This record gives sequence, structure tokens and C-alpha cells, in this order.
Amino acid sequence: MSSISNQPSPPLAVEMHDIVIRFPGVLANDHVNLTLKRGEIHALLGENGAGKSTLMNSLAGLYKPVSGVIKVNGEVVNFNSPRDAISKGIGMVYQHFMLVPTQTVTENILLGLKEPRFFVNLSIYNKKIQALQEQFGLRVDPSAQIWQLSVGEQQRVEILKTLYRGANILILDEPTAVLAPQEIDDLMKTMRRLVEQDKSILFITHKLNEVTAVADRLTVLRKGKVTAEGIGIEGVTREKLAELMVGRKIIFQVDKKSQKPGEVVLEVKNVSALNNKGFPALKNVSINLHQGEILGFAGIAGNGQSELAEVITGLRSCSGSIKINGKQVANQPPGKSIDIGVSHIPEDRTGVGTAPNMSITENTIMKNYDQEPIGNRWKINFTSAREYATRLKDKYEILAPSISTQARKLSGGNLQKLILAREISCCPSLMVAVQPTRGLDVGAIEAIQNLLLEQRENGTAILLISEELEELLSLCDRIAVIYEGELMGVVEAADANLTNIGLMMTGSMRSQA
Amino acid sequence: MNLEIILHAGLATGTILLFAAIGEIFAERAGVMNLGVEGMMLLGAMAGFSTSLATQNAWLGLIMAIFAGGILSLAHGLVTIHFQADQVVSGLSLTFLGTGLALVLGEGLTGQNPPLIPNVSLPILASIPFLGSVFFTNHSILVYVGYLFIPLTWYYIYKTRPGMHLRAVGEKPSAADTLGINVYRVRYFYVFVGGCLAGLAGATISLSVSPGWYSSQTTSGQGWIAVAIVIFAQWNPVRAAVGGYLFGMLRRFILDLQGPALLFGFQNPIFMNHNLSFFLQMTPFLLTIVALVWGSQAAMRKRLGSPAALGIPYIRGERGL
Ligand SMILES: Nc1ncnc2c1ncn2[C@@H]1O[C@H](COP(=O)(O)OP(=O)(O)O)[C@@H](O)[C@H]1O
Ligand SMILES: [Mg+2]
Repeated sequence: MSSISNQPSPPLAVEMHDIVIRFPGVLANDHVNLTLKRGEIHALLGENGAGKSTLMNSLAGLYKPVSGVIKVNGEVVNFNSPRDAISKGIGMVYQHFMLVPTQTVTENILLGLKEPRFFVNLSIYNKKIQALQEQFGLRVDPSAQIWQLSVGEQQRVEILKTLYRGANILILDEPTAVLAPQEIDDLMKTMRRLVEQDKSILFITHKLNEVTAVADRLTVLRKGKVTAEGIGIEGVTREKLAELMVGRKIIFQVDKKSQKPGEVVLEVKNVSALNNKGFPALKNVSINLHQGEILGFAGIAGNGQSELAEVITGLRSCSGSIKINGKQVANQPPGKSIDIGVSHIPEDRTGVGTAPNMSITENTIMKNYDQEPIGNRWKINFTSAREYATRLKDKYEILAPSISTQARKLSGGNLQKLILAREISCCPSLMVAVQPTRGLDVGAIEAIQNLLLEQRENGTAILLISEELEELLSLCDRIAVIYEGELMGVVEAADANLTNIGLMMTGSMRSQA
Repeated sequence: MNLEIILHAGLATGTILLFAAIGEIFAERAGVMNLGVEGMMLLGAMAGFSTSLATQNAWLGLIMAIFAGGILSLAHGLVTIHFQADQVVSGLSLTFLGTGLALVLGEGLTGQNPPLIPNVSLPILASIPFLGSVFFTNHSILVYVGYLFIPLTWYYIYKTRPGMHLRAVGEKPSAADTLGINVYRVRYFYVFVGGCLAGLAGATISLSVSPGWYSSQTTSGQGWIAVAIVIFAQWNPVRAAVGGYLFGMLRRFILDLQGPALLFGFQNPIFMNHNLSFFLQMTPFLLTIVALVWGSQAAMRKRLGSPAALGIPYIRGERGL
């Protein structure tokens, strides 16, 4: 056997060589190379669908490469299941969390382990896990059930899960996509602490500022191929990185035309509502929104933004008055606001935004299936439905094998484009968009933001709920800040002060205006 | 009409539902709905009865019944776990398959008298006033096994490692898979356990509680009631046991209502009019429907209840699972 054992330097933590992975119709990884040094944070970048998760899943034992060699700590490995990878010290935090919502933190961490053998005395293990938490500064109540935890806490559970198994190579698949800014900072701190304790980390992200903040080197994938292999982060610019990822230049400045807002479209007056758990989520909120205006809602997740979107679109009952174009929609069925022309880009793209098991065609006609020419009273004309879907797919550049592809097979960016395509086409007067760019790559974000601005120019009133202050500042005309269901203030985006918005988001300040 | 008798008989017939429902709870907790309970029960009842007749040993009959239910359930496992077919369709077919097999193989068993599972009274416990005579006197051994089953299965599901794995596989199979738990093996195993318990429930009828072989009347729809109890019980064995016993008592109560000509000193309307008694016999099923509707609504409100992956085949790496 040929070997490279005459090298004196310590073996690399991970060495992936010439990896090829295929899915039906897609070459997800095309001869990919990747190396991870011991004690480093290595960023893996790429657009949605570039093949990052696929590559990492093969390192975690979930997929088997068609060809290629994987070495862990210098030793060639051949994983048949996640269990094999775990035994070699590899721990993966998946993009979509792998947690059992109805079990406690401790139960989730213990799943699949040999010990405890049969009887599970949770209190003993709660203590063990608390000790582990101290060591790495990952705080979360071990006896809480997963569904009670915030996304950030759930992520900590995922990391604890790998650490409890003694992982020394951690893979974090887009860990920041679901986090609020504060939580992202915490995660970065955790990552640094982990490498201090001799762990090595592979970190998938889209965002350059995160890369420069923590990573030592980076690798970029585009359409399954490596476009930059293990380069140092010094001197890498945002523009250069975007070009490596997308294959074309990205202009980070959005092109917002100045225009005068028109008449009032949305009139929210003294609206209060409860959240799913029965606690007050909105307290006496009043606000107006005009034609051709983008009104941003800033706030830390869970402060009533989702509920606000739901009461306007008829998905949640409330007290108070909500008028759209002069018509009362509060406590009316969603069908009514659809008829008035309200479009909704929901936060939950697979649960609310689409029917994941239905085709692109079926998903595009969901709001106008009963209108000519697609449908009449009792039947759907699938020929014109397919024409309609094809038109939208082309116009909005939705990348998918065909219009009969199931929605759940689309990547995040394309799924979001599908939702926008449907909503823009059906309901032009008011758009309620919740976190429309969350978790998307630069190319998709650019596309979505441009679509929103285009709608603004067409005179649509847009309510934009986002946690990305930068996005709000660049897109919005006005920004409202919400904290614990209360409106803390509304500021003009042009003369907004970031510090003040931050203070209002945490409830420490209220604008007088 | 005697309260003690109603309660006593309710516990006995409730034991049938208890076994079947707990078996189904195991299968559904693993994420596989098996609507073939009725068929597996009938096959178990037949297998137990005929084996006991052939070997003159009721215990061998019982083992055979468990085995028959288990084997039949593996057909469902193969179709839904391995071939990932629709669980409802497969489960319904299993009912037809099981019922058909039982009726063909059970030809000529009617009227036979094989050895039965004996009834016993528990020393000391039986002498407790009232409770002793309801719970611990002259019951089939299987009724006592049922008592033990309740805490044991509860403890198993909520407090042991395999129970933890079972719940994980039914709630979030992808999570279990990434932690090295073999989702397919766990599902096969609990589908089999569910089948075994349905078989046991069948034999509990034919060899003990209402002994005999009366073709499809032997189970007379109790498999369906068991499926309903699972939902009503929100997949909790303790609640399932309570539900099973209550249904058992209700059946006995209805039976008793039809007997006497005088009821509380009045003429019994049901005794006079037999059409009314048909309606009465319908009530357990009506109640089943009510329980199903109520149970599922309550579960929706609380966002708990049904295992999240129930009814969904698991395919590794499939998006959106
Ligand atoms: N289970 C799967 N079945 C079929 N195609 C898949 C599957 N997983 C990923 N793909 C395809 O492989 C490509 C890479 O996907 P993925 O690795 O998830 O990208 P990324 O994580 O970089 O966004 C995409 O085209 C995607 O549609
Ligand atoms: Mg991915």
C-alpha cells in the first residue's frame, strides 16, 4: 500500500479526497477535497444546493460516497452508518435539528448510547450533563422538554449531544441561519471555547462576517465543485467570496428608489392577541401602512411579530380593529384577506408556506385555483395550471427538475421564490413578509430583496418582519420596533440610529415620537 | 343488576381490550399504525382455541395465539416498513387477511370444549371487603397478568432505555437514526410486539373470558374498540387500561339491562321491546366514536398525543422528515 507516513507533522483531523456523491439527477459532490486541521475552525461556504450538507452528511456516516477517500486522524475510514462516525469522534449538528420534541434534554442526549443499559435514572444524568455544560459554557435546563426551548437552546442541546459522545470533530451545518443576532454571538464564543479545548470544527455558513469572526481557513463549493480549497481568511473580501459562491458579481447595495407613499392600505388599531400558549403576545398595537411603502418590524424573535402577521392574514383571532383598504379583516377567515389582496410570506416555509408533499404546480395555484382560467366552481384545469406554474417558474427563476417536483425537494432559496411567486401573482395590495431571507444564501437574498423592492415600486404596501437590522435599514421606509408585544416606537429608516433601535428591541428605550 | 357483578365482569372483558390496546400503543409509539388488530385478535383466538383442543393444554394454546398474532403482524411490518406502503391500507387488508384465515382454519371448532385458562382467587387479597371480590376473586389468571401489565408497560415506555428509543423512533425517526438507533429494527420489533399482544387478547376471549369459537362473533369488533382506546388514551398504557375496563363494564351493564323484566320496581322497557336492545348494544361503538372525536380534539388543543411520525414511512436522508 502506498502511504504518506513519512510526513512528520501531526495527522489532519479530517481529510476528504475526491469525494463524489450522486442523487437521482444531481451530482451533489463532484470530486471534492477538504481538509480540517486539528484545533482549527474551518468554514465551508456555498449557495443553497451547492452540496455542503451532502458532503458533511457523508462525513457523518449518513450518505455513502460513490468514490473518494475519507481519513479521520490519518486513518482511512469507511462509514456505513452515523454510529460508525460517532465512534471515530465525529459529531454533527444538522441543519434541521435532530431532536425529539417530546423528550427532555437529557433523554435526547442519552439516545442511542450503550449506557444507561436499561433503567434510566434521569437525575443522575442531569447532573452529568450539567457538569458538561459548565465545562463548555453551554447552559440549558437538562430536565426541560425540547419543545419548550428556544431555537438557540435547542442548538446548544445538539452541541452537547456530540460532546457527550466525546466528539472532537464537530460539524455545524448552517448553525447561524436560525439564530437571532445575540444568539449568534454566543455561538461564536462557544466555538472559540471548543477549539481552545482541542476540538476541531467544520462550520457551514453563508455569511462572510461570521467567517472572518471565527474561522481560520475556508473552502467554497459551487454546484458540487470546490472553487476555493482551504484558503486562509486573510484578505478575503465579501465581494470575492460572493463571486466564488455564486459565480457572478453580487452588488450588496440594494437599489431603493425614493418615492412618495400613497394612500393608507393597512390600518391597525388597538390590536391585542394571545400566543399559542395563551399568553398576551400583542398589546394594544396601532399602526398604519401606505401604498408603495415598506414598513419594517424589528424585534427579537418571539416578541409578537409572528402573531402580528397572523392576525392581519386572518390566521389568529384578536381584539381591536384591522382594516385593509377600508375593509375590516380582524377575526375574519383568511379567505377574506386573500380576496382583498393580502399576500403572506410566512416564517414557516414548509408548514404554512407550502404543502411540502405537493408539486410545484399545486403549490403555485393554491390561492387562485378557483379562478378562471385555472379553475371554475368544481374542476381544475390542469393544463392551464401547468402553464401558469411554468410561467412562474421561469419568471422567478425557480430551480427545480420540473414543475411536478414536490415542494419539499426544493432548496430553501427556491422554496422561498416559489412562495413569493405565488403570493405576488395573486394578491397585490398588501404583502406581509415574515423573515423572508432567513437562512438563504447571498444570491437568493439578493433575488428576494429585489422582488420586494419591485413590489414596492408597483405600489404594494409591504409589512416586513425581520431580525436582520441591516436588511431592514436598506429596504424599509419606516421601521417599527416591537418588544414583548408592545410597539416601542416607529422611526424613519433614513435617519435611524442603530443603537437606539437596539435599545428599543430589548425594551430599554421607548421613542417619544 | 348488581354493581359487584358488573365491575367484576368489566375487569374480565376489559382485560381483552387492555392487551390489544397496549399492543397497539407499542406499535404506534414506534410510528406504525396497525389497523389490523381485529384480524390479529381473531386469528389469535382461533389459534389458541384449536391448539388447546389439539394438545389438551390451554397454555400451549395461549403461546400459539401470541405467536399467530405476532407472525401475522410481520406481514404488516414488511409492507409498511420495508416497502413503505400506506399504513392504513395495509392495516385494513390485514384485518381481512386475519379474519379470513381465522374463519377458514377455524372451520368445525364451534361447540368444542378444549381446556381453558383457569380462574383463581388470590389468597388474602380476595378477603378485602367489596374490592376483594371485585378485583381478586374468581378471575382468569390473565386478568391478574393484565393488572401487572399496566405499571410494567408504563414504566418500560417512560423510564427505560428501550422505552426511550421507542418513543424517539415514533416522534423523530431521523434523530434516532443519526444517533445510531436502527429505526427499521425498532419498528419491526414493536409491530411484532403489538401483534403478539393482539393474539394474546384473542386467546383471552376464546380460552378464558367468554370461552368458545363463534367465528367472527368471537371478537365482534373489539379490535376496533381497542384502536379507539389507544387514541382516547393518548398512547398512555395506564389510560388505555382504564378505558379498557370502562368499556368492559359498559358492555356488561348493557347486557344486564336487558335481562330482568322489572328494573328498580318498574317494567323494563328494554325487556319488552327487543329493538331497543339492539340500540343499546350499539352504545359502546357510539361511545367509541365520541371518544375518538373528543380524544383527537383534546390532543389537538394540547398539541400532544399522537406520535409525530405516526403513519409516515422512514427513508434515510429524505428531505422534510
Ligand atoms: N436526499 C436527497 N435526494 C435528492 N437530492 C438531494 C437530496 N439531498 C440533497 N439533494 C440535492 O443535492 C444538491 C446538494 O444539496 P445540499 O447538500 O443539501 O446543499 P447545501 O447544503 O449546500 O444547501 C441539491 O441539488 C439538492 O437538491
Ligand atoms: Mg444544507
